[in-house]
Amino acid sequence: MSTLPDPAPDAPPAEAPVDRPGRESLHYAVRNPKLIIGVSLVAILLAVGVIGPVLLGDGNPNEYVGPQAAAPDGTYWMGTTTFGQDVYAQFVHGLRATFLVGVVGGAIAAVIAMLVGFLAGYRGGVTDEILNMLTNVVLVIPALAVLLIINAYMGVRSVAVQGLFIGLTSWPWAARAIRAQTFSLRTREFVDLARLSGSGTWRIVFREIAPNMSSYLFMMFILLFGGSILIASSLDFIGLGPTEGVSLGLMLQSAQQWSALQLGMWWWFVPPGAGITAIVGALYVANVGLDEVFNPKLRES
Amino acid sequence: MRRYFARKLLIYALTFVVAVTVNWMIPRFMPGDPVSAMVARARVSQPEAAEAMRSYYNNLFGFDEPLWQQYLHFWGALVRGDFGISIFVFPTPVGDVLLDALPYTLGLMIPAVLLSWFVGNWIGALSARRKVLDNTVLPAGYLLTAMPYMWIAVILAWALGAKAGWFPISGGYSLDIQPGWSAAFVLDALHHWVLPFLSLFLVALGGWAIGMRNMIIYELESDYASYLSALGAPQRLIRRYAFRNAVLPQVTGLALQLGVLVAGALVTEIVFAYPGLGSLILAAIQNQDFFLLQGAFLFIVIGVLIANFLIDIVYVVVDPRTRTGMAGGTS
Amino acid sequence: MTLTVNDLRVHYRTLRGEVRALDGVGFDLADGEILGLAGESGCGKTTLGKSLIRLDGRMRHAGGTVTLDGDELPLSDDRAMNAYRFHRISLVPQYSMSALNPTRRIGRMIRELLASRGVTVDTDELHRRLALVGLEPDVLDRYPIELSGGMKQRAVMVISTLLDPSVLIADEVTSALDVSNQQAVVGALTGLRDKGLVTSMIFVTHDLGLTSHIADSIMVMYAGKLAEKAPTKALTTGPRHPYTKMLIGSLPQVGARHKDRPLSGIEGSPPSLLDPPTRRPTTTPAGGPTGRVFDGCRFRDRCPLADSGCAEEPPVVEVAPRHTVACWKAA
Repeated sequence: MSTLPDPAPDAPPAEAPVDRPGRESLHYAVRNPKLIIGVSLVAILLAVGVIGPVLLGDGNPNEYVGPQAAAPDGTYWMGTTTFGQDVYAQFVHGLRATFLVGVVGGAIAAVIAMLVGFLAGYRGGVTDEILNMLTNVVLVIPALAVLLIINAYMGVRSVAVQGLFIGLTSWPWAARAIRAQTFSLRTREFVDLARLSGSGTWRIVFREIAPNMSSYLFMMFILLFGGSILIASSLDFIGLGPTEGVSLGLMLQSAQQWSALQLGMWWWFVPPGAGITAIVGALYVANVGLDEVFNPKLRES
Repeated sequence: MRRYFARKLLIYALTFVVAVTVNWMIPRFMPGDPVSAMVARARVSQPEAAEAMRSYYNNLFGFDEPLWQQYLHFWGALVRGDFGISIFVFPTPVGDVLLDALPYTLGLMIPAVLLSWFVGNWIGALSARRKVLDNTVLPAGYLLTAMPYMWIAVILAWALGAKAGWFPISGGYSLDIQPGWSAAFVLDALHHWVLPFLSLFLVALGGWAIGMRNMIIYELESDYASYLSALGAPQRLIRRYAFRNAVLPQVTGLALQLGVLVAGALVTEIVFAYPGLGSLILAAIQNQDFFLLQGAFLFIVIGVLIANFLIDIVYVVVDPRTRTGMAGGTS
Repeated sequence: MTLTVNDLRVHYRTLRGEVRALDGVGFDLADGEILGLAGESGCGKTTLGKSLIRLDGRMRHAGGTVTLDGDELPLSDDRAMNAYRFHRISLVPQYSMSALNPTRRIGRMIRELLASRGVTVDTDELHRRLALVGLEPDVLDRYPIELSGGMKQRAVMVISTLLDPSVLIADEVTSALDVSNQQAVVGALTGLRDKGLVTSMIFVTHDLGLTSHIADSIMVMYAGKLAEKAPTKALTTGPRHPYTKMLIGSLPQVGARHKDRPLSGIEGSPPSLLDPPTRRPTTTPAGGPTGRVFDGCRFRDRCPLADSGCAEEPPVVEVAPRHTVACWKAA
């Protein structure tokens, strides 16, 4: 299955074909089915989310445009809602909002997790104790409960702000993991060298420690991204989603509110949930593939 | 071991204080005047009581007092079990409303969480041994765990409820049966319970199965497993050790997942109009009943803290190293 | 007892092809002999040690035989080999520090291991053996985390030799230790042999200096094949293979200053033993060299004495009693 170059008849003894670690990773990356499938699926959905609304023109997806409660047909690929809204239009706009909240929430959570995790893991001692307490407290409090309270009081809600608050509440598990990894890297020689040369904490963290964990951090971001999407969709579903626009979670909320289930309007509630499942599932699978690429031990199984 | 528990209790106490403080702070730092909003809403449904409500809320919120006094008042009320009066079901105290709904949520969550954990771990352990099983369990697991809880609830409700007609899709019980301990009611309640339970169970199951499978594989590749194999120990001994060791992180994992599981239960209840905390929260949001919402928040936080503590106790039992005073794994 | 290894080949399966880690090695191990197995990383010594007791998932027995007291060892048959493991061949692994199950008390693990193998050991005997390596009996009531690295290693030595094996393979047991701990371990091992608890030993190491203190004979390996094997005195004072000479020459001497006697190494690195599958037959000039590392002496790229004759693989020749060399220039 793998394509190996033919050795030339009088070539010198073959050396293992590894030039640089980056290239080797790439070599395995493009051959890993989980990674390929996962990334492709996410990319397709992202493309639909980005290009879809553009192709549909400037219309507001929540406008009443078509016949009410119509099943999917040639004009309305995903049918219409009780009010005659185009489900497909809502779907592609919703994908955008979903991706946006994933990126914002995931990025903010990742940044906080890195700051807390690196600092606690590298400094140790009292800093570690305090940050640990903080992490544990934020960890135990159920995120959705806090988000409920915060969002309920906000008059106007946007996707970005939703992402912000999700990021602020979902970092603890990642911080713990980063701290553990930093602990083990901190005792390595190259860190000692950097310390001897007088580098400050953050310099060492960002130049020595973080690059050695880059694959781990990336995988962490993917999980935070997916988690953000799931939390956001739950918030939307309860009715605390963005007050403007549409998201996949909001579609599910409308469908629920207007008895799509009882009326048999499957085209209203199946696509949005399927979209979320597809994105998150593809991310998880891609993550497993990435793990195999970065961890040679897993490859040979 | 004493230090282990002392530490945990400290964290939980701290968490509770933070949660209560956050609960108290948020309405005071949000734009707008929540009391007027509440009263305005009430004015529509209960015009006579509006003025009484306004003075009651002002009293309870204590807006005319200095902040620190308001804070202490809040704690005082909490300790007395006074969560305020619900607007949605005025004039029932919030505490009563929540306590009525609590059994339904617990009845849904506790079996779903425990069963999905046990069954999921068992499936995960099995699939780590058999490649054939692994090839189905793994994709199924990832699919399940990627599904939003409310979506699988809707799908199940649609497929097994609306279409097939095997199960009811709304409510905790039929309205034509008198609530009580009669066999008819219990059976009916169970009938209504199946689909919400199943949705919670299936999604959580996927996560545990995958986690356990990965942990078992990791343990089977560990040095102690290699050593025992080199000394000719039979696979069943190694598997027994691997399983025991793989369960430990799954126990701590359960504590970590509590927030997610609670969220899942809430949205599932909404889908099925199941009369638990989830539906209450929905009603509270739709009716701008902030007392009810805040009360629900505190109930959830207390519940999660208790659950965390119980899991910590279980962990001490399961990991023998914690009893020697040497840390086992959790911080 | 005698252990006879004859043209043993063990290959590793990898994504890029087979790595011929052990490519035709033969030697004898006599009754009561400690054989030091030395060489650079990747020379095949660990593979040799491992293959005598248990082939892991990627290893493949590609040829040759191993005979213990007249019985041919069924190396590829994992189940059949079990009869020999622990009873007649045992291992003190490289990873001894993590070879004990972290969640089991050591005494309990030993009991369960013995029970699973259908043997019992008298408690007094166990205590006696622990005392031999300097461990107190209360070690049995401890968890591995409560012991220091050195103590864990000694505990593993006791466990591995509990059934008085004929052959003990000690795989890099001193590599992670400081000098005084190394002395203790080496002393314990020789003690085990002197008391007859272990009949013969294969001591795998990359530290030629240390080996010369413990071993009766030393076998130097290079690139999967035997380079030289001789009684310790003969090898250290009169090596015949250029590789051995350079190895010994590169050892730092106590008392020698760098400016008087600069350290010398061996330029270059060992060849890759990867044997990738070819998709079509390479055109080979009739009878001539293809340039592959597997034809001819593997050391020739780094050898100061190499010439065109070295393009043909040198046979293993006995140049003196019990002194074998694989080199055209040594005869």
